[in-house]
Amino acid sequence: MDTDQLSAVFGALADPTRRAILARLIEGDLTVGELTAPFGVSQPAISRHLKVLEGAGLISRSRRATARLSHLEAEPLREATEWLVGYREYWDESYERLDELLAALQSDQQKGSR
Amino acid sequence: MGTTQVTAEPGVPFIDVTREFDAPRELIYRAHTDPELLAQWLGPRKYTMKIDRWDVRDGGAWRFVHRDAEGNEYGFHGVFHGTPSPDGIVQTFEFEGAPGHVSLESLKLEERNGRTVVHTHSVYQSMEARDAMLQGGMADGMNEGYDRLDELLARLGAPVR
Repeated sequence: MDTDQLSAVFGALADPTRRAILARLIEGDLTVGELTAPFGVSQPAISRHLKVLEGAGLISRSRRATARLSHLEAEPLREATEWLVGYREYWDESYERLDELLAALQSDQQKGSR
Repeated sequence: MGTTQVTAEPGVPFIDVTREFDAPRELIYRAHTDPELLAQWLGPRKYTMKIDRWDVRDGGAWRFVHRDAEGNEYGFHGVFHGTPSPDGIVQTFEFEGAPGHVSLESLKLEERNGRTVVHTHSVYQSMEARDAMLQGGMADGMNEGYDRLDELLARLGAPVR
């Protein structure tokens, strides 16, 4: 996943309503009307959220008769979480490996000096 | 043994990473500057590590590439500023996936009683660039959002694709 796409995914996920929409789509595809019902916001507002999610590749939309169905696309989320665990884990794991290397180097040095 | 402390204060585009090691600083300096040693620890185990250049001198360039199991490559490069020494290393840092977002990193090694504290201070060009780098959820304000995301992803686990 390139950085722009990653930014789009994180931008999309930064909003609680959009996360709630994704959570609801786990159960299956839904129309805008079905998605709007539980949220107490207007349908155009939900449509705007859907546009953002679609732009980030987190959902795709198709037509069923006159209704547009939203479908959850899980792959970008997976990729984003791989990056999510990023910075801290990166250094945690690197430094654990450095601990091991330093221990090995020091035991080599001790053997060498005997 | 040591725990890695990552600090990212709100309002300033810095990331500070601090970690203590049970080794003298000369050795830690070697592990940072000898590419053969560096390749043995830098980065998660799941990545293969290829060091292209590691020219440890004032104005010398460095570049490495992490490769994951799917074959995706993540390249990073920069330049050393000032002559690196066990007192410290100053270098620029750029993730090739986000060209132009260059940060400045200062590494300090402080030895106390045979143990060494490694402190890295990174300065980003903007808060956005800092947060894009962090994205890991260790910044306090972001945690709640990511906890909820974790739950969502946990639920996502099996059913899709």
